[in-house]
Amino acid sequence: MKTLRKKVYVAAGYNTMFFGPGRKEFHPKKPMRPFEDYLNETFQGTSSQLANTDFDEGVFTNFAAMRFIRQGNLPGFLPYITKSLKGKPCTRVEGACGSGGLGIAAAVKTILSDLADSVLVVGGEIQNSMKSVYGADVLSAAGYYKGDRKDGHAYFFPGIFSDRAGSYGSVYDKDLMRQGMAKWYELAVTNSRKNPKSQEYHNKVEDLFGLGLTPPNGKVFMDHLNLYDCSKVTDGASSLVVSSEEGLKKLGVKLKDAVEITGFASAEGDITEKPADPTVLDITKIAAEKALQMADITINDLAMLELHDCFSIAALIALETIGFAKKGKGAEFLLEGNTKVSGKIPTNMSGGLCGFGHPVGVSGVRQMVDLLHQLTDKAKQQVAYKNPFGMMVCMGGDDKTVSVFVTRKSQS
Amino acid sequence: MLEQALKNVSIIGAAGKMGSGISLLLLQEMTRLEIVDNPDGKIPAAILNLVDRDQQVLKGLLSYLKPQLVRYAEKNIVALRANLSSRTDLVDNAEIIEEYVNRAFLIANPTSNSEDTKDSKLIFEAVFEKLELKEQVLSALADICSPETLFFTNTSSIPISVVEKAAKLEGRLIGYHFYNPPAVQRLVEVITSPTTPDSFKKISDEIGKRLNKVLVPANDIAGFIGNGHFIRDSLYGITQMEKLSGELGQDKSVLIINRVTQDFMIRPMGIFQLIDYVGLDVVQMILDTMDRYIEDEALSSQYIQDMLQAGISGGQFSDGSQKDGFFQYQKNIPVSVFDLNHKTYVPISKSLNNDCDKYLGELAPEFLPWKVLSRDRNKHEKMKAYFTKMFQQNSKGAELAKAYLMNSREISENLVKGGIAESAEDVSKVLINGFYHLYGPENSLF
Repeated sequence: MKTLRKKVYVAAGYNTMFFGPGRKEFHPKKPMRPFEDYLNETFQGTSSQLANTDFDEGVFTNFAAMRFIRQGNLPGFLPYITKSLKGKPCTRVEGACGSGGLGIAAAVKTILSDLADSVLVVGGEIQNSMKSVYGADVLSAAGYYKGDRKDGHAYFFPGIFSDRAGSYGSVYDKDLMRQGMAKWYELAVTNSRKNPKSQEYHNKVEDLFGLGLTPPNGKVFMDHLNLYDCSKVTDGASSLVVSSEEGLKKLGVKLKDAVEITGFASAEGDITEKPADPTVLDITKIAAEKALQMADITINDLAMLELHDCFSIAALIALETIGFAKKGKGAEFLLEGNTKVSGKIPTNMSGGLCGFGHPVGVSGVRQMVDLLHQLTDKAKQQVAYKNPFGMMVCMGGDDKTVSVFVTRKSQS
Repeated sequence: MLEQALKNVSIIGAAGKMGSGISLLLLQEMTRLEIVDNPDGKIPAAILNLVDRDQQVLKGLLSYLKPQLVRYAEKNIVALRANLSSRTDLVDNAEIIEEYVNRAFLIANPTSNSEDTKDSKLIFEAVFEKLELKEQVLSALADICSPETLFFTNTSSIPISVVEKAAKLEGRLIGYHFYNPPAVQRLVEVITSPTTPDSFKKISDEIGKRLNKVLVPANDIAGFIGNGHFIRDSLYGITQMEKLSGELGQDKSVLIINRVTQDFMIRPMGIFQLIDYVGLDVVQMILDTMDRYIEDEALSSQYIQDMLQAGISGGQFSDGSQKDGFFQYQKNIPVSVFDLNHKTYVPISKSLNNDCDKYLGELAPEFLPWKVLSRDRNKHEKMKAYFTKMFQQNSKGAELAKAYLMNSREISENLVKGGIAESAEDVSKVLINGFYHLYGPENSLF
């Protein structure tokens, strides 16, 4: 069994507001906050929690700045936001929606290699620079473009997960699945209402579950997904520091303000392959099992979870794949309230991708920031946990680039 | 048959307010057909002549069409991707949309030469609403085009039988009254004459479907259903306003009747704002036409004539903003009101509004504005609750509204009695689809 050769911590997390349709301030025709603004804000948020910012390295996570804002060479934005990284190694990591998780994994490995004591990880993404019909073109690059884009749905990724929902509904109880997905939407928005930075914060709909039950209509949108099953188009940034124990001291972070990463795994699927069984997330399963194994715990030890709910069906299948619910029982698991703040495994307390928002290359970093806030008791919607463990699952594309992290409250 | 006809079409007056919208609708549909028939992208055989007086206005038309076509393609991306599935070179949505717009511009032929229409199978005429002009334009086209060419005239008031006779187009002319803006409003009033053959009526129905319009048949009597109601509704409003003006002054009485028709009656805008939107000059033109062809009913307004005399015409600027009329507007919201006696605009101040409120009395507590109700799935129940309460109220506002609603109902009854509308439902259809009313004059609300 692989274990970590030394302790690795995460600290000083910060998320900007996640901006896009749903926010009151959002108006597609008005000028929007530029990329640089988000980066400066998130770095301010992170650095304000540090006595000094003398990082050894930097990692930038992003999916498609090259097309959304025609900006490449993103590592160059790290010395832009903090002079301390000028002349130091900086890397950009891309794994579609899995970029954030992959970036944190890269930082962890750098710490483990002893080449650095602290790595600043920044995720930034702008997606509202174009209408969603064109944004879909950009995002489709997270799938197998040459093989699948032409025959795919105009909105591509909703189409892929609609197909998964279609398969799931033909194998298991379709109505129950719809109820489970509606419940997911209800919880995502309910949690977001406690998070002023979230995209769904202003959502005032009374009957969220009822809205989530809206029957999908392929003529208007997707055959098996409605609009409420989908995360939205989001601009935002998040940042944190990955560090050794020595690094924490150098940056002036108290142990109680950091969380420890006790297990992690990245796993990759063949981008040209279609899922053998669309009702399962194979690669997610591998990554979760390895991360738990490294942390030497089981899912029963987890007090909280951050799931990659780009679509409600993805979350439902992930809950089954990882083993929280039996196969075909994910919807019941949700309807029983197991993922609520007081449930068995509180999940996505800040709203998740469906509620908080999904700036694609940022989401993994955002998830880690939220786990950090939970396990250092600073969350807006705090879980009253007994066990000190949390886990996050970050997925790129259709279960292709997956990173899973197990975090533990620091033992001082 | 129709598919073939849609290969060569002309719009006359293509750059005008109505013509540009009609041009867009036809170009969208012809391009869609072209893509279905010819996905490989050979040079299109279809042609849509966009005829107007000079290159300058045609340039304006093209700059209007471009973003609208892009928007259409964006909205219909799923269907377009399916239609272009054989084109391996077009993969991204952006490429599909570009292909659609490029194809449309190969079909469109902006021209100021009416001879270009000679091979057209269908002609849509949308020149200014003036009988003599329409007669002149249509008879010239009748000479240019083949005897099989079918004509649609966009008229809101002029009897078809008069025009078709004058232009020697008997049996080949249908009135197709689009509402403004044609690309958005779903209503088209269809006016046939006794000589219109069934085969032509069928084509007219099919085109309506293709353009995604709600067609309502109207008998060939000046003003038809839409203006038949609107003009009489307006005249009633002006009369009520004049009655009040002796006591309250013109500024207040215009505001009061406007408030009654908008708020108390839950309409999208008050009657004077609507007259401004249509244009007082256009209203005058329609009044003249109706007065000329409708006997036993005086259809004229000294008040409108006096306003026009004072240089107040309403209507819109080319950017869609509102010209001065009964009101002056800022961002399409009335900010001052015209006092005809003093020939001056009076600012709509808080105290002026308060005076009007005081006079009108309070709205029933069940009141919800048109904008809110129009998006409400349970609007029927909510309006029923409101109108039930309103009809029990004795305030001046409620009394004026009740009388106004009853007058509107009487206009509707007369339109049916006079054979202009086939049924009260058709009148409602016109008011709901063409004027965005939330209920028809005949209803189960009051």
